[in-house]
Amino acid sequence: MEKVIDQKQNFLKGFIKENPVFTLLLGLCPTLGVTSTAINGLGMGLATTFVLVMSNIVVALIKNLIPDKVRIPSFIVIIASFVTIVDLVMEGYLPGLHEQLGLFIPLIVVNCIVLGRAEAFASRNNAISSMIDGLGMGLGFAFALTLLGAVREILGSLSLFGFKIFPGDGLLVFVLAPGAFIALGFLIAIMDWFKRKQEERVKVSS
Amino acid sequence: MEYFIIFISAIFVNNIVLSQFLGICPFLGVSNKTTTALGMSGAVLFVMTVATIVTYLIQHYILVPFEITFLKTVAYILVIASLVQIVEIILKKVSPALFQALGVFLPLITTNCAILGVAILVIQNDYNLIESVIFAIASAIGFGLAIILFAGLRERMEMTELPEGMKGVPAALIIAGILSMAFMGFAGMV
Repeated sequence: MEKVIDQKQNFLKGFIKENPVFTLLLGLCPTLGVTSTAINGLGMGLATTFVLVMSNIVVALIKNLIPDKVRIPSFIVIIASFVTIVDLVMEGYLPGLHEQLGLFIPLIVVNCIVLGRAEAFASRNNAISSMIDGLGMGLGFAFALTLLGAVREILGSLSLFGFKIFPGDGLLVFVLAPGAFIALGFLIAIMDWFKRKQEERVKVSS
Repeated sequence: MEYFIIFISAIFVNNIVLSQFLGICPFLGVSNKTTTALGMSGAVLFVMTVATIVTYLIQHYILVPFEITFLKTVAYILVIASLVQIVEIILKKVSPALFQALGVFLPLITTNCAILGVAILVIQNDYNLIESVIFAIASAIGFGLAIILFAGLRERMEMTELPEGMKGVPAALIIAGILSMAFMGFAGMV
């Protein structure tokens, strides 16, 4: 029996409550690797969203045909096929972005979020809930990547989405590797602080 | 000399964790103790070397001759996933002692993006077989170096007083950032 799921809740949980990056700490490699600018973060986030939505739908549709023992390898093949599609389409239509994201496009395959949602959600729910779950989680991931990219871009080169917002040079370190770790560390701490505040407010009002 | 440059640059200059951002999950996940970090690095060294050789052979003797290189991602991940299983089974039979030491870490390795990443990088950089093997070994050593250093730092961090919100992951990420900054000092070396 499948339990009834509140679709709005299902969609929104990916943004804050179960945000893959800030709370579940999944998929940190692309999160750190491609977020030197907000545009790259957004592009990577949307590519992952596509793979997540499509693989969730397919897994939910054929979950009853897959024997339990070869479940994980089958999921991996499904995911890898969609990643190949994204890779080829991006290479054809967005060669600039494809060049920037480089290695991290094929690496969507091993992004723990995609396999994690297939295993934890899509293999237990119907196609529509799985699609919404994938969309919410994917956009939550894209949101986190864009946010981190924006923070690094503003601090590192004083611009946002490629537009200069302040004159001057900025702190180069935020564009380079160490800045990724440090910026993400602070973002997670801030998110944590917000969540704790919210919980306190809920506790007081109840 | 060329081999030496590949070796040094993969360990220090382009460290796989701290400057390429591959294998962050195990880097943060199993770096609580130096001993577990050591076990994980051993497993990565073993699997990365074997996986790179196998994917190299598949690329050059199957995918390229049949002109199906677009299946690269699918083929590689399947090979790596099954390879990890085979390694696990063989180790259990041949060397139970080594299996004891690495056993727990092997299943985790399939989702370690460093393995797939190195396999793809080798093809992108057009290395020959010997260069690929050297690159794989050096990358794994670089991974080991980073994770063991990081584990040592985190063990020390346990004892320090931190603001409530920074405990755990945020503090770990900032340490990783500082470690990465230290590795940037090697940048001009090669």
